[in-house]
Amino acid sequence: MTLPFDVAPLHAILLIPALAAVLLAVLPSYRIGVAINVLAAGPTFAVSLLLLVGERERGDIFIIDDFNIYLIVLTTFIGFTTAIFSASYIGHELETGRLTPTFLRFYHALYQAMLCAMNVALTANNIGLLWVGVEVATLSTVMMVGIYRTPEAVEAAWKYFILGSVGIALAFFGTILIYLAAQGALGEGAPALAWDVMRQNASKFDPNQLSLAFVFLLVGYGTKVGLAPFHAWLPDAHSEGPTPISAVLSGLLLNVALYALLRFKMIMAANPKTLDVGLIMMALGLISLVFAAFMLYRRRDIKRLFAYSSIEHMGIMTFAFGIGGPLANFAGLLHMTMHSLTKSAIFFAVGHVAQVKDTQRLADIKGLSVTHPTLAVGLALGVVAIAGLPPFGVFTSEFMLVSSSFPRQPWLAVILVFGLIVAFGALVWRLQEMLFGEPVGPAGRVKASYIPMFVHLAIVLAAGIWLPEPVVRWFQAVAAQLG
Amino acid sequence: MGKMAFDLAHLLAGGMLVLSFVLLYQDRITATLNVFALQAIVLSLSVAWQALIQDAPHLLVTAVIALVVKGIVIPTALHRIVRRLGIHREIEEVLGAGPTMLAGLGLVALSILLVFPVGENVGVLAREDLAFALAVILLGLLMMITRRNAVTQIVGFMSLENGLILAASGAKGMPLVVEFSVAFSILIAFFVFGVFVFRIRERFDTVDIGALDRFRGERRDRQ
Repeated sequence: MTLPFDVAPLHAILLIPALAAVLLAVLPSYRIGVAINVLAAGPTFAVSLLLLVGERERGDIFIIDDFNIYLIVLTTFIGFTTAIFSASYIGHELETGRLTPTFLRFYHALYQAMLCAMNVALTANNIGLLWVGVEVATLSTVMMVGIYRTPEAVEAAWKYFILGSVGIALAFFGTILIYLAAQGALGEGAPALAWDVMRQNASKFDPNQLSLAFVFLLVGYGTKVGLAPFHAWLPDAHSEGPTPISAVLSGLLLNVALYALLRFKMIMAANPKTLDVGLIMMALGLISLVFAAFMLYRRRDIKRLFAYSSIEHMGIMTFAFGIGGPLANFAGLLHMTMHSLTKSAIFFAVGHVAQVKDTQRLADIKGLSVTHPTLAVGLALGVVAIAGLPPFGVFTSEFMLVSSSFPRQPWLAVILVFGLIVAFGALVWRLQEMLFGEPVGPAGRVKASYIPMFVHLAIVLAAGIWLPEPVVRWFQAVAAQLG
Repeated sequence: MGKMAFDLAHLLAGGMLVLSFVLLYQDRITATLNVFALQAIVLSLSVAWQALIQDAPHLLVTAVIALVVKGIVIPTALHRIVRRLGIHREIEEVLGAGPTMLAGLGLVALSILLVFPVGENVGVLAREDLAFALAVILLGLLMMITRRNAVTQIVGFMSLENGLILAASGAKGMPLVVEFSVAFSILIAFFVFGVFVFRIRERFDTVDIGALDRFRGERRDRQ
């Protein structure tokens, strides 16, 4: 057994954000706060790259394996780019007086606390610690969603909080059940909560107990993933909070919750006598996809539009992992990455659009191609990518998923394609409305940082054209583990 | 394990379940808080008893946390908030007491049906504790659904957490990390809740979350 303290980079990706959170909470100056927020997120990302070359290690508390490394790198990377975006976004919010310096202090401290909690969840081997990480990350985003303190924001935060707490409570009950299932084979104490030990010994567990535990875990973490019908908190939370938070919610937190679910699915997969979880996940995924695709047509608010698009894409991933097998799992993993990058890039663009137009109503956002060409290009590229058009990476993963699901589940594949087309129609329709037509509303200049947005889009484009060989081999290895 | 140990554990867990039912139909806010405090005290006794019969002294820490934080500190603070907000009158309920109790009975039956068949090899005590705990959790959920008042929703949530701790303490040898984190997260949860109650009060002059419905983003969408 190795102590977690042996793993220096692992140590660092948890400590840097934790220390930064404390520091940001005590520092009164928001200017320094903005700088520290970026300066802490940067090194966290840099250190996470060290994990790539470092050794895979495990302890009873933390684990580093192929599956979580790529998500840690993705999370810290988007955490870093969002911090840069947030710096320019926040400047505008201060000018318009929507946020005061006192609230910014909370905002920055919570942002780092959330990054830390997500890293804890991703690196945890102890499933209790995994639960703690997801819970703390949720609580810190709840606070940030309510930070504008408008009636809508308070309502969104309240709803998010209630539904999130219920979800997390059910997940905890599931954790206790899975411990009870493991305890018979593994004995009492810490090893019985270690994920890798559980997975190795899962065939000795009582299959009925495992199945019951998974149902609770699925509903619990599924609420966090935003799967329909547990999604009610998601659109509100995305539309009423600050846009950087929408970006990390969609790009990161949903992923972390799905990651937690997949960890448990891997335990289930190691015991063949359990419930067929793939079927449930396929069903939930398709319901989310089709439901969200139709809901896209009825949106009047730009951030709600993309929030529903996130539900749609989480549905696609859940479906992919539900089908299972090397190809579909590969598609799911790739889609997770591509969706995170694209959706956060879209929210970067949307944040500036909403600021410059001073509204989130779609009806008041028109003619962007004339008034703000750079933003329009970014938004257009993002929406084209998320709608699943080539040559972007989202197309690659969706194509792989469709082609791998046709031979195995032809009818479900038809529904999948149907949902994708419906969503595609809605997004393209909304996009052309926003870009073209007579410009409405203010056409002032925007002080935006375009770099994070275009960096994300460039990665998505590059991945769509050519996936480097090591990345492919990596995803294949993880996909094989997922079963 | 002696018969005495078994019976007392049952009695305490059963007591928590009864108090969950009392919470369901309680229609005055101060009484709700008192019943919740009582449930937390029974929880701490139950956890302490588990510490004794499982020979697991670390559970005593959990028992003390339950007693001090949930039995004393939080109810006192909530009493103060309620008094400051001036809302110690009726609680509106979506369902009447009768249907709510019937739904509650159904949930208890459901949890027994769910847990008993799968819990054969975890030991009788753990299995029945688990059934009691699941019933308390589901009743807490039911309470959160039937209440419209922010403070009683908080109580519903905390009663649900009581059920979680009961389940965790019944699971033999579950590491302390988890229980401690639960207690800790309840603190955070309460903190967040408290902040919200104040904001809601500040903004709407009511803690009836029915008032929040007016501000649903959906409705604003359709303008």
